[in-house]
Amino acid sequence: MLLQIAAEAHPLAGTVADWMWLLPILPLLGFVINGSLALAAAVKLGPADPGNHQGAEGAEAAETAETAEMAHTESAGAHGDDHHPVKRHKYAGIVSIIGPLVLGLSFLLAFAIFQQMRSLPDMEAPFIQNYFSWMPAGDLQIDASFQLDQLSMVMVLIITGVGALIHLFSVGYMRDDPGYPRYFAYLNLFVFFMLVLVLGSNYPVLFVGWEGVGLCSYLLIGFWFSEKANADAGKKAFIVNRIGDFGFLVAMFLLFDNFGKLDFAGVNEAVTALPIGTALVTAICLFMFLGCAGKSAQIPLYVWLPDAMAGPTPVSALIHAATMVTAGVYLIARSNLLFALSPVASLTVALVGAVTAIFAATIGLKQWDIKKVLAYSTVSQLGYMFVGVGVGAYTAGVFHLMTHAFFKALLFLGSGSVIYALHAAYHRTHNHDDAQDMRNMGGLKQFLPITCILMWVATLAIAGIPPLSGFFSKDEILGAAYMHAGHSTLADASLFGISGSTILYLVWVLGVASALLTAIYMTRMMIYTFHGPNRTGEAERPHLTEAPWVMTGPLVILAVLSAVGGWFNLPAIIPLGPPGILEHWLHPVVGRAEAIAAGPAVETVHSVTTELWLIGLAVTVAILGMAYAAFRLKPEGLVPKAQSPEERGFERVLANKYFVDEGYDRVIVNPTYQISRNVLWRGIDAGLIDGLLVNGSSALARAFGWVGSKVQTGAVGTYAWVLVGGVLAVLGAVTLR
Amino acid sequence: MEVLAESLALSAVLFTIGVVGVLTRRNAIIIFMCVELMLNAVNLVFIAFSRYYGAAGQVFVVFVMTVAAAEAAVGLAIIISIFRHRQTVNLQNINLLKG
Repeated sequence: MLLQIAAEAHPLAGTVADWMWLLPILPLLGFVINGSLALAAAVKLGPADPGNHQGAEGAEAAETAETAEMAHTESAGAHGDDHHPVKRHKYAGIVSIIGPLVLGLSFLLAFAIFQQMRSLPDMEAPFIQNYFSWMPAGDLQIDASFQLDQLSMVMVLIITGVGALIHLFSVGYMRDDPGYPRYFAYLNLFVFFMLVLVLGSNYPVLFVGWEGVGLCSYLLIGFWFSEKANADAGKKAFIVNRIGDFGFLVAMFLLFDNFGKLDFAGVNEAVTALPIGTALVTAICLFMFLGCAGKSAQIPLYVWLPDAMAGPTPVSALIHAATMVTAGVYLIARSNLLFALSPVASLTVALVGAVTAIFAATIGLKQWDIKKVLAYSTVSQLGYMFVGVGVGAYTAGVFHLMTHAFFKALLFLGSGSVIYALHAAYHRTHNHDDAQDMRNMGGLKQFLPITCILMWVATLAIAGIPPLSGFFSKDEILGAAYMHAGHSTLADASLFGISGSTILYLVWVLGVASALLTAIYMTRMMIYTFHGPNRTGEAERPHLTEAPWVMTGPLVILAVLSAVGGWFNLPAIIPLGPPGILEHWLHPVVGRAEAIAAGPAVETVHSVTTELWLIGLAVTVAILGMAYAAFRLKPEGLVPKAQSPEERGFERVLANKYFVDEGYDRVIVNPTYQISRNVLWRGIDAGLIDGLLVNGSSALARAFGWVGSKVQTGAVGTYAWVLVGGVLAVLGAVTLR
Repeated sequence: MEVLAESLALSAVLFTIGVVGVLTRRNAIIIFMCVELMLNAVNLVFIAFSRYYGAAGQVFVVFVMTVAAAEAAVGLAIIISIFRHRQTVNLQNINLLKG
């Protein structure tokens, strides 16, 4: 390892933090080992794709493979989670150890470094390790270097901690999958890139991680690629993300062009002298936000995330809820000084976040697929995080990122546990119903009591019931939006001629409304899944059982975190413990930007009463939403999916997600397709290039050849005439000159 | 007696007759003879000029006659061979090189 300690004087130098390069290297090692095992097996047995169960040794295995094959062809139209071959992968044992182990080690190391950081009194500057010069090109000096500061530490702890739990869950969930080592290889690789993303000390290194997690997301969404819908979902995610990446790249070009720096410290230093609200910084921030909107599924680029549920459920929990999709929030929190210097960009972020939050929440109201509900919920909660970082409350945004990682991972894994149980039951009875549709569930409380209780904890947390974690983080974001609407730098600025104050009040109202909707759709999901009469069918009922402990164990830990996560950043007004731990922790990173966004401190009218009033409102809204859902919804009236009637009116619009996908198809995809097909392919490629240039030049050569061949009459007389004509012409030219 | 102009005129007339013969006639033998005529017209020019510029012209004539003799041998042999193949020496019927 080329290891040079850049900051000799830094207090972290010479401590356990010197080993921080090991944080991403451990998952990378896991990827290499698991990937090699997957390849080794594939080379020997043929590709381990889900439709292929060949290579199973022995006659009895061949028989079971045959039944699985039959099940496959029949369930072609059903959901992705319907893939369960019968035989375990031959390397499953060693992979089950390596996959979670590397994550566990990584987490332990992260925790050790965290303890070291905590023991330092005040660490202002980030700890930077410089490995080698990556792109020395003229003025452009980009080092491959990692940076450890309070923000990346929080992210690393979330990623490795939640990641380790989800890896553990996967051991149970993916147990019988023929692509078992491949799955863990991808998952390890994802964690590697995610750690590169949060540890990178400059934008290009961050971008490497950014693209890497996109790649892994693509690979894992399309994990069961033998079904076209899943492969298409992967491609959709990849392509939509490219649009965002374009914005991110332009932002980096602008940064380099204007400041000549791409490392976080250098950029922060360079922009310090700038006044608030320059057009340049606004442009950079808006382009950067385009990247965030792609990665973090905000309007207008959110469409890929619900489709991404085609992947295995633990993947949805890790990548599409807890970590990768929060990369956009991280990027804004990381570039906090830039965004603080551009009120217009910040207001845009907050507004887009708020609109996304309510938009996705309304769609979530009418989804029947349990994972789709959670997917739209994730989009909605990501909107909340953007409201947080948009209104200049970076700590609140990161706080919600953290609590959301806990409770949403729990919800997804819980739903995974439900799907697992339902699927196993269907498998026994050879039923090919949709194991993810809530209309096929109902009354699962008695069969999956632990999952039910744990998911209720997460539901209460996300709905914002005190004292669970979601209440504190959501309340802090809404409180910041409300406070900043009254008086702040943002409130004094304007967007499209509307004053910032108006926009922030609007953001706050949208936020409160989405909190209400969140409570409703989450309660709806829980009631339809776990309560009311059971709709799974007589034959399946005896087969419904709780998942093994390797799956429920991580759920329990996540439930504890979801419950007490709020203690990490208690508001001063609620005397349950030391207030503002996270705020204090992140202060060296975001303190200056938060001060700029908040504007000059004045004695505001917002007093304790206002704060109490806001908290009261948040709680009331959450309870109202849950009560409404509990009393209005009648799970008794539901019938299984196959017998369900079509939705009508606005319900139909919601169930079809406002027809956004159809609209995008018509406005963007189809025209692009038509232009590609008719103009670019038929016109330019086939017509101009193939037709005119390639075939045209050959036709021209052939025409000349034809003329030339006609000159060759074969009659000596003609040649003689030509010869004499030529001689006369030469003589004439010489004599008559 | 200065006869250069007359000699050159005669040579030109002979050469032109040769050229016209080559261009217009069909029979290979006659074309061959016309080519010989052109060579001899050239020889005449060499001889005429050698009176003013020394014996080099006459040396050239010897060379031309040698080459012409060799050419006659080869050419006649080819013509005979063509005749044996195609029972004709009419060049209009011999156009294997037609493109």
